[in-house]
Amino acid sequence: MNAIGWPNWRRLNQEGIVFAIAVLLFAAAALGLPGFLTADNLVAIVRSVSVLGILALGMALVIIGRGIDLSAVAIMAMSVAWYLQLLNTGTSDGLAFAYVLAGVLAIGLLNGFLVAYADVPAIFVTLATGSFVFGYVRSQLITQDAVPVPQGHWVELLGGVRFLDIPVEVFVFAGLAFLVFLFLRYTKWGRFIYFAGDNPVAARNIGIPVRPMLVLRYALSAVVALIAGLLTAASLHSINTRVVNSTLLYDIVLVAVIGGIGLSGGRGGVRNVLVGAALIGILLNAMTIIDIPLLYQNLIKAAILLGAIIVDGIINPRDEQTAQQGDI
Amino acid sequence: MTFRERLQAWRYNLVPDHLVGEILTKRWTDNAIPFLALVATLGVFGSIIPGFFKLNSLQESTRQLGEFSLVVIGMTVVMLGGGIDLSVGSIFALSCFSAVYVFFILEQSIWLALAAAWATGLIFGAINGYLVGYLRLRAFLTTLVTFIFGRALFDILVSTYAADVQLSQASSDVLDFIGDGTFWGLSVSVWLAVILAIVTHIALTRSRPGWHVLAVGGSRRSAHNAGIRVRRTVFMTYVFSGFCSSIGGFLIACRLSGAGPGTGLNLEIMALTAAVVGGVSLGGGRGSVVKGLMGAIIVLTMTNGLIRLGYGTGTNQMVLGILLAVAVTIDIRWLKNRHKVLNEVYVAPVYLKMGETQSAAPGSGTPYELDNRLSAADHIGLGELEGPEDVILDRDDHLYCGTRHGEIVRFFAPDYKRSEVFAHIGGFPLGLAFDRQGNLISCVGAMGLYSVSPDREVKRLSAETSRSWTSIVDDARLRDPNDCDIAPDGRIYFTDSTKRYDAHDWALDSIENRATGRLLVYDPKDGSTKTLLDGYRYTNGVCMAHDGKSLFFAESWACRVHRYWLEGPKAGTAECVIRDMPGYPDNINRASDGNYWMAWLGMRTPSFDLSLRHPDMRKRMTRRLPQDEWLFPNINTGGVVKFNETGGIVETLGDLSGAAHPMVTSMREHKGYLFVGGILNNRIGRYKISGADPNWTSPASYWGAKA
Repeated sequence: MNAIGWPNWRRLNQEGIVFAIAVLLFAAAALGLPGFLTADNLVAIVRSVSVLGILALGMALVIIGRGIDLSAVAIMAMSVAWYLQLLNTGTSDGLAFAYVLAGVLAIGLLNGFLVAYADVPAIFVTLATGSFVFGYVRSQLITQDAVPVPQGHWVELLGGVRFLDIPVEVFVFAGLAFLVFLFLRYTKWGRFIYFAGDNPVAARNIGIPVRPMLVLRYALSAVVALIAGLLTAASLHSINTRVVNSTLLYDIVLVAVIGGIGLSGGRGGVRNVLVGAALIGILLNAMTIIDIPLLYQNLIKAAILLGAIIVDGIINPRDEQTAQQGDI
Repeated sequence: MTFRERLQAWRYNLVPDHLVGEILTKRWTDNAIPFLALVATLGVFGSIIPGFFKLNSLQESTRQLGEFSLVVIGMTVVMLGGGIDLSVGSIFALSCFSAVYVFFILEQSIWLALAAAWATGLIFGAINGYLVGYLRLRAFLTTLVTFIFGRALFDILVSTYAADVQLSQASSDVLDFIGDGTFWGLSVSVWLAVILAIVTHIALTRSRPGWHVLAVGGSRRSAHNAGIRVRRTVFMTYVFSGFCSSIGGFLIACRLSGAGPGTGLNLEIMALTAAVVGGVSLGGGRGSVVKGLMGAIIVLTMTNGLIRLGYGTGTNQMVLGILLAVAVTIDIRWLKNRHKVLNEVYVAPVYLKMGETQSAAPGSGTPYELDNRLSAADHIGLGELEGPEDVILDRDDHLYCGTRHGEIVRFFAPDYKRSEVFAHIGGFPLGLAFDRQGNLISCVGAMGLYSVSPDREVKRLSAETSRSWTSIVDDARLRDPNDCDIAPDGRIYFTDSTKRYDAHDWALDSIENRATGRLLVYDPKDGSTKTLLDGYRYTNGVCMAHDGKSLFFAESWACRVHRYWLEGPKAGTAECVIRDMPGYPDNINRASDGNYWMAWLGMRTPSFDLSLRHPDMRKRMTRRLPQDEWLFPNINTGGVVKFNETGGIVETLGDLSGAAHPMVTSMREHKGYLFVGGILNNRIGRYKISGADPNWTSPASYWGAKA
C-alpha cells in the first residue's frame, strides 16, 4: 500500500485480470448477442461449465501440488463407460459400482505411486496411464464407442433432477467447490499442499509427508473425474468414449491455468477455478451463439491456451532452484 | 582347510562376481535393455504373425517405419537437448497437407511441394523453439498446446480442401516413385531415414553443434557457464525436429497421395514412447540416434503387430500406455540408482589364506624384528611436503620426490633446506628413476609413465598397454602405475598395481584382494608398452638386480617379493624369492653393499588376515558400513627391510615411536645415508647408515661413474 492512495497496480494479479475480462466479455455478449442474457441461456452456461469445473477442481488440487493429471478425461469417460457396460450386461448395481470405484482408485493410486515413489514426472505417468485406461477399457471391457445408460437407472434419473429449475450438476459443482475450498483452506493437509507445491524438498525436510499426500491428490483427482463422468452420463443419457480424444482435457488445463493457478505449483485456489470456468463458459457459449464451427472453436481455444501458458510462464517463471531433473 | 573355508574359496574365487560390476560400468549397458526388448519384440511378433518376415510385408512395414523413424530422430534430438516435442504429429500432418496442397491443388512441381513441406516444418519448429528456447516455457505443455493448435488447423484445412484434392488430376512419376518405388530393394523413406540417422549420429557425436546439444541436455547451467548459447541450442533442436517431421509428412503425402483426418494421429505419443523405450533419457543428455531407432522399431512392430493380430480399437493406446509407463519408470530408476547399484556390487572380494609368518615384534629375535632406529632420522621438508611416495637423488646430490599435488619437488644439496617445484605433471607422481641420460622417469598414479628431462620438459611415455581379449574392464589403460626401474638397455620396467580400481581406491583393492596387478615394460626404442606378467595382488616396487640380469618386484597384498629374469635360462619367468613376510612390501631399491632395501608400507594383522578368509564378511562390510569403519591393512606401522640376492633377510629398521616414519613407501641410499619417504608422510627422513660406503650413489650404480 502506498500513502498517496493511488491504485496499487502490483496487486492486480492474473485472477483479477481474468475476472475483469470475464465481466467485460459478459457485458459485451449481453449487449451484442441476442438471446445471451436470458435465464435459459445463463442456466445453460452454468450447466455447460459444471462438468468442466468439477474436473478442473480435481486438476487444481494436483496442479497446486506441482503436478498435472493428463489421465483425468480418460478416467472420467472410461470408468463410467465400464460401469454402464457392466450394468447393461446384468451385473448388479452395487457390485458394478464397487468394481468401478476400485478401478478408479487403483488408477489414481498408481498415478500417485509412480509420481511420488518412483520419481517419474507426473506428466509422463498420467499421459501413459490415460492412454492405458482408454486403450484397456475400450479394447477389453466395452464393445462400442458409446455406452447408453440403462432405462430407469438412477444415473438417468439424476439427469432429470431440477431444483429451482437449475440442473443438479450445478449444485454438485457448487458443493464440490465448497468442499475443496474447505479442504484447501482449513485442513492441515490442504495447507500442506501449497508448501509441497511451492518447494517439495523443503516441505519434505520440515517433516511434511509429501509422498503420501501426492498419492492422495491423484486418488482424489481420479474420484472427482468419476463424479464428473457420472454427471455427464446423467445429462446425456450415455457416455461417448471419443471424448477422450477430444480437446476436453486441454479445456480443463485451460480453466485452471487461465484462472491463475500457476503450473509451477503452490499458487491458486478454488476461486481461480471459478473465475477460469466463468470465462471459458461465457466464451464457449458466446462462440456457440455466434455460430462458430466447432473446428474453429478448437483453434480459438488452443490460441487462448497458448497465450495463457505464455503469460503463466512470464508471471510464474520456473524456479531453477527447486526444478527437478526431467521436470520438463 | 575346513569344509566351510573350502566352500568359501570355491564360491568367491570361482564365481566371477566382479564381472557384474565391470559390466555395469560400461556405457553400453544403457543400450542392453532396449536391445533385448527389440530382439524379444521381433522374436515374439515374428513367430506369431505368419509371414511377418516375408519381403512384401517387410516392404510395407519398413515404408511406414522410415517415416516414423524420421519423426523419432527429431524427437530424440529434442530430448537429448533436455526438451520434448509433442507437436511432431501436428507438424507431420501440416507438412503433409502443405505438400498435398501445393502439388494437387496448386498443381506445382513435386519439388515445390517438398519445399512447402519443409517450410511448414521449419516454421512450426521455429515457433516451438522460440517459445521453449527463448521464452523458456515448459516444453511439455507448450508443445502440447502447439500440437492442439496445429491439429485444429489441420482439421479445418483438411475438411475444407479434401474434396478438391480428390478431384485433382495432378500426377508425377517422381511422386509415385517416392511413394511406392524401391531403390536397391529398399523404399525411399527407409533410405532417407538411414541417411538422416547417420548424419544426425555423426553430428551429435562428432560436431560442435551436436556436442552443444548434449551439453545443454546434460546440464543446462554448466553449459551456460561454459559459454554455450543455451537458448539458441534449444531453439535449434526444435527447428530440427520440425524439419524431420516435415520430411516424414512429405513422404506420407507421396505414399497416400493425399491427407486425411487420420494423418499423424497419435504420432506424438508413439514417437515419445519410441524414444523413451529406446533409452533416450528424459531431461536430456543421455541417448543416441541408434537408441531412438531401436525404440521406433519396437513401438511400430508392437502396434502394427497387434493390429494384424486383429485386436480391436484401443489396443494400441493400451500397449503404448504400458510401454511408456514402464520405460519411463525404468529410465528414471536406472539413472537414479545405477551408481548406487554399481557401488554395491563393484567390490567382489576373494578368498585368500595368508601363510604363517615370522613375528616382527621387538625382542622376538627374528630377522624381521623391528627396532627404533628410523625415529632418529633427520627430517627434510617437514610440514612442506605432502605425500613423498618415492625419493631419489641425482649425481649432484639433489633430492627429488613426488607430492600428492602432482608436482616433483627438488631439494638442494647439501643441506636440503631450500626446495623448488622441479616439474608439474599432475596426478600423483609415485615411483621415480633416473635413466642413462639423466631424465627423471616417474610412474604417475592415475595417469601413466612420464619422463621429465633435466631441463624440466615433461613428456608422456606411456598411458596404455595392449588390451587383453577376455577382460571386461578396460585393462589397456594404466590405472595405478606404481614403481619403475630401468634396465641397462634402457627399457623401463614398471608395475600397474590393479586393473579394477583407480590409484586413490587402493584400500578397496586390498579389501577385494583380487590378483590383477601387472608387470609391464616400456621400450623407448619404439615407444611400445607390453604386459609381461599379470595376476599379482597389487604389484608395487620394482628394482633391477645389481647385475642387471633380473629384477625384483613386490606383491603387496600377498606380502611376497618375486624375481623376474630378463636374461639367462629362466628369462621371461618369475619366481618367488621372499614369501609370507609380516609386512606389506612397497618400493625396492639397491643398497651399497650389494643387497636391496625394501619398504614396508604397513604390517599384517591377525584380524585382517582372518578377514581375508571371509570374503562374505568383507563384502557385507563394504556394503553396509561407512568407509571409515572398514577393516583394511594396518598402515600405521612400517619399516625398512634389507634383503640379499637370494631373498634372505639381512636386517630390519623401524620407527616404534610412530612419530617420524610410521609407514614407509620408499627409501634410497646415497653416500652413506638412507633417505626415507612415505606416501602419507609430511617429511623425508635422512638416516645415517652405520658402516655404509660413503661414496656409493645410485646413479653411479646404475649408469657408472660420471662421464
